[in-house]
Amino acid sequence: MKKIEAIIQPFKLEEVKEALKAIGIDGMTITEVRGHGRQKGHKETYRGQEYNVDLLPKVKVELVVTDGRFEEVTGAIANAARTGKIGDGKIFVYEVAEAIRIRNDDRGEAAL
Amino acid sequence: MLVSAALVLMMTGPGLALFYGGLVRRKNVLSTMMHSFILMAVVTVVWAVVGYSLAFGGSGPFLGDLHFAFLNNVGSAPNPDYAATIPQQTFMIYQLMFAIITPALISGAFAERMKFSAMLLFTVLWLLLVYFPMAHMVWGKGGLLNAFSGGKVPTFDFAGGTVVHITSGVSALVCALYLGKRVGYPTVAMKPHSLVLSFIGACLLWVGWFGFNAGSALAASSLATSAFVATHFGAAAAALGWMAAEWMHNGKPSALGAISGCVAGLVAITPASGFVQPFPALLIGACAGVACYFMVVAVKAKFGYDDSLDAFGVHGAGGTLGAILTGIFATSLVNDGLKDAKGRVLPLGLVDGQGGQVLNQAIGCAVAWGLAIVGTLIILKICDMLIGVRVAKEEEMEGLDLSQHGEEGYIFEG
Repeated sequence: MKKIEAIIQPFKLEEVKEALKAIGIDGMTITEVRGHGRQKGHKETYRGQEYNVDLLPKVKVELVVTDGRFEEVTGAIANAARTGKIGDGKIFVYEVAEAIRIRNDDRGEAAL
Repeated sequence: MLVSAALVLMMTGPGLALFYGGLVRRKNVLSTMMHSFILMAVVTVVWAVVGYSLAFGGSGPFLGDLHFAFLNNVGSAPNPDYAATIPQQTFMIYQLMFAIITPALISGAFAERMKFSAMLLFTVLWLLLVYFPMAHMVWGKGGLLNAFSGGKVPTFDFAGGTVVHITSGVSALVCALYLGKRVGYPTVAMKPHSLVLSFIGACLLWVGWFGFNAGSALAASSLATSAFVATHFGAAAAALGWMAAEWMHNGKPSALGAISGCVAGLVAITPASGFVQPFPALLIGACAGVACYFMVVAVKAKFGYDDSLDAFGVHGAGGTLGAILTGIFATSLVNDGLKDAKGRVLPLGLVDGQGGQVLNQAIGCAVAWGLAIVGTLIILKICDMLIGVRVAKEEEMEGLDLSQHGEEGYIFEG
């Protein structure tokens, strides 16, 4: 099993969700996060007081898939989330040791 | 008059409470709104006991007497010294609303770092030492600065440019300097946590200000209409003035700038509102918008004081500017209340050929500044010695909502 962690632009969330739904992925967890990579922030001014905001709002999408599907899933996410500009985000993939469904104690891929 | 009184109370809560509440950080929203709200209660009690009497009893030059203490002799009969056509109780409750908002305005300078207990003591002493004397001098019978009651230095302050805005704005500056900067200012980001709240608050202030200024005619008269018009024009021009200044100076017209400008204009037009024609009102507003923008952006940065919510930059500066401009634009075409012994209407400001009035206005401002500086310093010293004015550093970092009140403004769980 692999865990996919995608950090994307907030306004791309709907498209990513649609893309995942289209390939039959029906579970994920979403978190609103802030961060930055190479993207520069922006300037905000309140009554002359200037602030450089470099940690920008992003959305983190987390989901766990079977080993066979992670290329397909990451590809779908990347295609849906891409604008081609700096700030589109990143995808990380991790090995998952175990998965447990709390309701009935299903283990491994059966729990996904 | 009763509607006007209610409108003025609406300026403090929710108007000012929302305006200031939105400008602070999330951890201080309740404490900041509480400053305004609790003053609605505290000032009322002080007013009933001695406040009204010290402001409007007797006919001394500096302070009233105790003739109306505990609101004795304040009933349905009018007090012809002030308003011959309304019950004195109406006049009393209307004036109370001014005494409430004035110390609430100061809270903009010490927001996010003053002890709640110290704030309460400060306010009570401040009313006694600064507000009541100033109100009596400008509006009270026989007051030193009261143009309509034989004051030695006749100044025009229709609805509280000196009494409300200069005293509160200058006291705010003294508080900001005395308390020192907030922890982390100006390097740590201290962004307004909700400009939406501030927006609603500013709009309520704009509407409430009609009660403040038009109501100060103390009758449903043509003078009230004229003050209403001047107030509205001043606010509009100042919102545009601040916005234009910011747009040219900083590249973008911010929402915070537009609403700050509107408040600055309302402040500046306050002393002038019952004395000036519509076009001078526009001019006064525009000047206030631009001037207060540069006070807040350039002057504050240059001197480095931490007036958290710009109570001085807007009220102190706007009030002083408005008071001086009143001396220029006041005209008997609008207000024929000033008459000589034979009942002839007297000229008022520079546009009426009375250039000396500008000097009188400046003296009025100087008195207000002096009283506010000295009074506030003394009171802060007293509060500091008795209970300490500033919260501990850890309490400030934690936020005043938790450390002073034991609660939070926003709870997102459950």
